[in-house]
Amino acid sequence: MKMDSLPSPLQSGEMIDTQTMSTAISTGAGGNPAPVAAVRHIGKRFPGVVANDDISLDFNAGEIHVLLGENGAGKSTLIGILAGMQQPDAGDILIDGAKVRLGSPRESLDHGIGTVFQHVLLVPSLTVIENLMLGGSWWQKLARSAALARFRELSDLLGVTLDADALVGKLSLGEQQQVEIMRALWRGEKILILDEPTSMLTPQGVKDLGEVMRRLRSKGVALILITHKLAEAYELGDRISVLRLGRSVGAIAPDERRVMTEQQVTDRVIAMMFGAATPTDAAAAELLVGRAEGRRARREVDRSGAPRLRVTQIATAADRGACPLHDVTFDLWPGEVLGVAGIDGNGQKHLAEALAGQRKITSGTVCLDGADITAAAVPVRRQAGIRYVTDERLGEGTVGAFSVATNLLLKEIGSAPFWRRGMTDWTRIHDHAREKIQDHDIRTPSEKTPIGKLSGGNIQKVLLARELANDAGVVIFNKPTYGLDLQNTRLAHERIVESAGHGLGTIVISTDLDELLEVSDRIGVMYQGRLVGIVENGPEVELAIGKLMTGQVSS
Amino acid sequence: MSIDALPLTQDRTRELLAAIARVAVPILLALAVGGAILLILGKNPLTYYGYVVQRGLLSWGGFQETMTRMAPLLLIAAGLIVAFRAGIWNLGGDGQYLLAAVVTAALAPALIETLPRGLTLLICMIASVAVAAAWSLIPALLKARYGINEIITSLMMSFLGTSFANVLVKLFFRDPATTVPQTRSLEVVDRLPRIFGTNVHSGILIALAVVILVHLMMTRTAFGLRLQIVGANPAAAVHAGLKVGWLTVATFALSAGLIGLAGSVEILGVWGTVRADWNPAYGLLVVPLVFLARFNGIAVIGFALFFSVLMIGGESASRRIGVPQDFVLMLVGLLLVFLALVEYLDHLRRKRAGV
Repeated sequence: MKMDSLPSPLQSGEMIDTQTMSTAISTGAGGNPAPVAAVRHIGKRFPGVVANDDISLDFNAGEIHVLLGENGAGKSTLIGILAGMQQPDAGDILIDGAKVRLGSPRESLDHGIGTVFQHVLLVPSLTVIENLMLGGSWWQKLARSAALARFRELSDLLGVTLDADALVGKLSLGEQQQVEIMRALWRGEKILILDEPTSMLTPQGVKDLGEVMRRLRSKGVALILITHKLAEAYELGDRISVLRLGRSVGAIAPDERRVMTEQQVTDRVIAMMFGAATPTDAAAAELLVGRAEGRRARREVDRSGAPRLRVTQIATAADRGACPLHDVTFDLWPGEVLGVAGIDGNGQKHLAEALAGQRKITSGTVCLDGADITAAAVPVRRQAGIRYVTDERLGEGTVGAFSVATNLLLKEIGSAPFWRRGMTDWTRIHDHAREKIQDHDIRTPSEKTPIGKLSGGNIQKVLLARELANDAGVVIFNKPTYGLDLQNTRLAHERIVESAGHGLGTIVISTDLDELLEVSDRIGVMYQGRLVGIVENGPEVELAIGKLMTGQVSS
Repeated sequence: MSIDALPLTQDRTRELLAAIARVAVPILLALAVGGAILLILGKNPLTYYGYVVQRGLLSWGGFQETMTRMAPLLLIAAGLIVAFRAGIWNLGGDGQYLLAAVVTAALAPALIETLPRGLTLLICMIASVAVAAAWSLIPALLKARYGINEIITSLMMSFLGTSFANVLVKLFFRDPATTVPQTRSLEVVDRLPRIFGTNVHSGILIALAVVILVHLMMTRTAFGLRLQIVGANPAAAVHAGLKVGWLTVATFALSAGLIGLAGSVEILGVWGTVRADWNPAYGLLVVPLVFLARFNGIAVIGFALFFSVLMIGGESASRRIGVPQDFVLMLVGLLLVFLALVEYLDHLRRKRAGV
């Protein structure tokens, strides 16, 4: 991944350029009378769920409209409807005041509505311009020169410089997202929908994206931004709407928004999101955004004894482009939380897999409580107390088509009392699952439900229940809150801190620095497969970490 | 995932009806279109299908033939279910089947001269299973070690296997007493015992036992669950610490071994000898059957019966009504087309239901 410049200081407040902001608002959201697009009384049901219930929203040219809401609030459904991927059961979609039917993603694009989804949907082995031409009709020849003209036009519009002939796979995630934005605007630049666009980006990438969004706003594009992060909503949003359980429960109009402080906006939004009518609710909501308690009080970690885990100069072999490890050394004491920061793709995945036993360690040693486990396979390490909560919950953590019950025992297959002489005791397995579902508040219709049908937060609860069971000694969390909403994020953080409190050695790998600052005792930084430095968590460590993340000499 | 993924009670009836429709609709459509083609040829489809049922199911002799035919189909199906549930596409069935058949045909007449019948039959089966399993080692190791697509390699090994089986018959095991190249024959009295004075040999009992055991293995044992995890999500298998490479080789060996057993049983029960260029090509025929049964070992018994009736009855009906023997194959082809179509429609239905 390419990182040319230093990320700005990571405090979110500084990401905003107040000057451009105020001018943009005054030019942009100056009270447009007719919205460029609108939804009226949109309703959409799925079996057992009302995903959208009588939602009416306006989207104005030159305005960034932020949609906030917890998972399951109906944001994705609404976006799916605007992107032409789903049809509403009730209500109308208006473009320039006229009713339209968006029967397919193609029709949606033809109306100038472009969507950039959370995960990059480009072909990495094709060039930028080839990716952009993919949407053409199959009977036509590829019109390269016309495409290049459009590419330059959009480059100007976005204010970015991309090489049209660069392979997409070689671009940074931020640049890939710029290509996605171009593709979304390719057939018309009326409306741009961004679905949690910052979740994959580096601090610098987030800053660049903010620039692009403000620029598009100043050119009169209507932007729709979906996010979980209140700070982002405040910085970028002109108009903020909150969805809750499929209904639109409140909005902050641009005129109001302009005169409110961040604190006021946050309070209003929290009240709308969680319906904080009573003071206790309000307190709970404060907790959810992690604001009330401030930074968690540090525990005193006793490092006088022997470390629980001693990792000495381990390395792994390169594999399919993933960054291998070089010479990684650290100690982990019982009751300690070691955060591992770094830009995605700097060897974090290999580190987690090498520790879990999934990946061969080519040199160096790993010792658990003094015993060398370098060559031990996953089951042996699990027995010894090493647990790995993977970031790929459905990718490798679970088998989507199998029941919750089976997935809860995925790493215990063949062991007593659920299997005896190789024979499965389904009754016991299901009893065990009901117990775990109760204990961990896993929301599932039944223990026999395929786990793939559960929400991300509930899948994560299953993983936590599985990995933290029975004498865990060292737990590795890889992006434990990735894709989770505020409630589940808080729950996951609580579990991490709680398990460390019980004396577990805990490693938390994350690209979300705020998360690491909240839960860690020490924070190590991965850069190009090396652990380039470990710093004590404390005030003002962000800058040091930011430098380490981008490969500047360690502080 | 028959054991695992039952939907909620209120949806159960619906899902059950859908499951029946998924099977019945393609069969009925195939029969209907096949009937239309017969009409175009100027034949009465009802007469044709009547003959099929009459010969394949209702006449005593035909029914015995049907039962006899079911044995290899069921054993091959058992072998394919093991592989397919583990996500391993062993399409080398024909090669494995023929090699096993030749090994049996070569061994049996030689062994029977010194050994008792029971021991001869047993040794032949074990040797055939071992040879078929060994023949699957190359695709298995290539997949386990280098991740090379087993569809290609097993299919290639199948071509090599059928040719090699011919070479064996013509060069090494040829019976000098015959003009047509074939192995020495196992006398009828020395073959697999018949069931209660019928013409049906006991291979069908072996096949039924094996297919039920395979079903129980897949649904009730740790080994079966491990195989299914490897099949459903190989990354999860690695994550859970399963020995994916070893399981791949074991699955291939088991699958090929069962298909080899089918070849052995067919020789020991029906033919007693292998002729050069003999290739019933059951391997690929059973693939759609296993898909129809959704890899369920119990359901596949019904489909094997259906196929057998169609094959045995179809041969006779074609002769009586005057259409080519291959008409049955065309019905199978139609069945495949409609099976895929209905599967697609069902997929759309689920998607629309938001499942």
